[in-house]
Amino acid sequence: MKDLIQNILNGNRRALARMLTMVENEREGYQQALAALFPHTGHAWVIGITGAPGTGKSSLVNALAQKYRQQDKTVGILAVDPTSPFTGGAILGDRIRMRDLYSDPGVFIRSMATRGSLGGLSRATRDAIRVMDAGGFDVILVETVGAGQSEVDIVRTAQTTIVVEAPGLGDDIQAIKAGILEIADILVVNKADRVGAKNTVQALKMMLEIGHPAARTQPVLHHGELMQIENHTSINPTPLWIPPIIQTITMDFTGIDALIQAIENHRAYIEQNHLSAEIERERIRIELYERLQNVLMTRLMNGLTQQQIEAVVERVRTRELEPSQAVMMLIDMHNTEGML
Amino acid sequence: MSKEIMSEKIRILIAKPGLDGHDRGAKVIARALRDAGFEVIYTGLRQTAEMIAASALQEDVDVVGLSILSGAHMALVPHIREVMNQNDLQDVPIILGGIIPEEDKPALSEYGVKGVFGPGTSMQEIIDTITKIVNR
Repeated sequence: MKDLIQNILNGNRRALARMLTMVENEREGYQQALAALFPHTGHAWVIGITGAPGTGKSSLVNALAQKYRQQDKTVGILAVDPTSPFTGGAILGDRIRMRDLYSDPGVFIRSMATRGSLGGLSRATRDAIRVMDAGGFDVILVETVGAGQSEVDIVRTAQTTIVVEAPGLGDDIQAIKAGILEIADILVVNKADRVGAKNTVQALKMMLEIGHPAARTQPVLHHGELMQIENHTSINPTPLWIPPIIQTITMDFTGIDALIQAIENHRAYIEQNHLSAEIERERIRIELYERLQNVLMTRLMNGLTQQQIEAVVERVRTRELEPSQAVMMLIDMHNTEGML
Repeated sequence: MSKEIMSEKIRILIAKPGLDGHDRGAKVIARALRDAGFEVIYTGLRQTAEMIAASALQEDVDVVGLSILSGAHMALVPHIREVMNQNDLQDVPIILGGIIPEEDKPALSEYGVKGVFGPGTSMQEIIDTITKIVNR
């Protein structure tokens, strides 16, 4: 174990790969290993890339990584793809778009399956990022599963979140309603050489004008009259940052420099406004809450037998118990002292 | 969340080395293995030995699956094995799918090839062999 930790810190890639497997499978001792690595984290800038399937997330990651390598920065990539809910298996195909990076020792790509998580990442992604961080990467790019409207885990994980759009994927109403756009620190219209790219940019601009808390500090013009739109709270941790819209074509690297500049601007914004600590505090709160939920749930379930659960299931089915009553009953059945 | 989803997964790399561009077989296998509950890292066509070794290392796979239809297996496999070994991947077995003559099999096993699957092999046989190799 001590060797494994030391090897990871020394930049040994096989050790890093092994540790990632350990974390994903929650193998015995993984928590101690994570605890040993934890003091060595906090160096990397974590960039999330999310968006609908087919918008070009993997290709964008490929292009970004190459540009960062030109700046001599090392790049860790975590690419998440979905686990089949029926078979538990997964096809992880993001590497196909990243073949330019394979032979570069300054890049490490790891594919992860969601393994039942629904928020666009897997349960182990947060830990995997920390392992890579301890492995010494300057930049960590996290690509989510093809996400639609509510897979927003990434915003609580990455320091800069990029939402990728492409022309021809629905009208402006999709842009207004989709929660995924609210999480963007940077909006990318990829495949900008395609027909309809201008419309997509326009729809996003409009969405920002009427929907983004920061953009609303400028009055909105409606039928020639100034309209006041009320602020509401956003889950975005930096509400006064106005997301830039960057057009990219990954094939010839159009817009990639601009995107990297936008990422730098966002990072500078966070750092100059001393927001890092509060953002981190909020994330730790959420993470602890989620982990507490998991641990308590596991302990509770371990304290109940299959028969006990089945008996309660049957009583709900026969309308003898209402589900929320049934839950209270399951908790009572459990020895609460043993749980805590 | 079912136990099924959370348990340890067999991770396998499916890659096509060399220049032949026929990847339907590799895709069919990838899909079948996914349906058997494996995590399949699919890297597609025209992979060099260096690409295969890098993927196998970074993804920490249990098995490397190669699809070779060109007849070049006696050139490709020893080279891939050599590069894998240079990357400290001596312990990672290879399985092979494609057109592989019977008489080549003994020589291939010396390069850590633990299974050779020709046309007509049933999916179940492939799944069983991999599961046995990984020994879980």
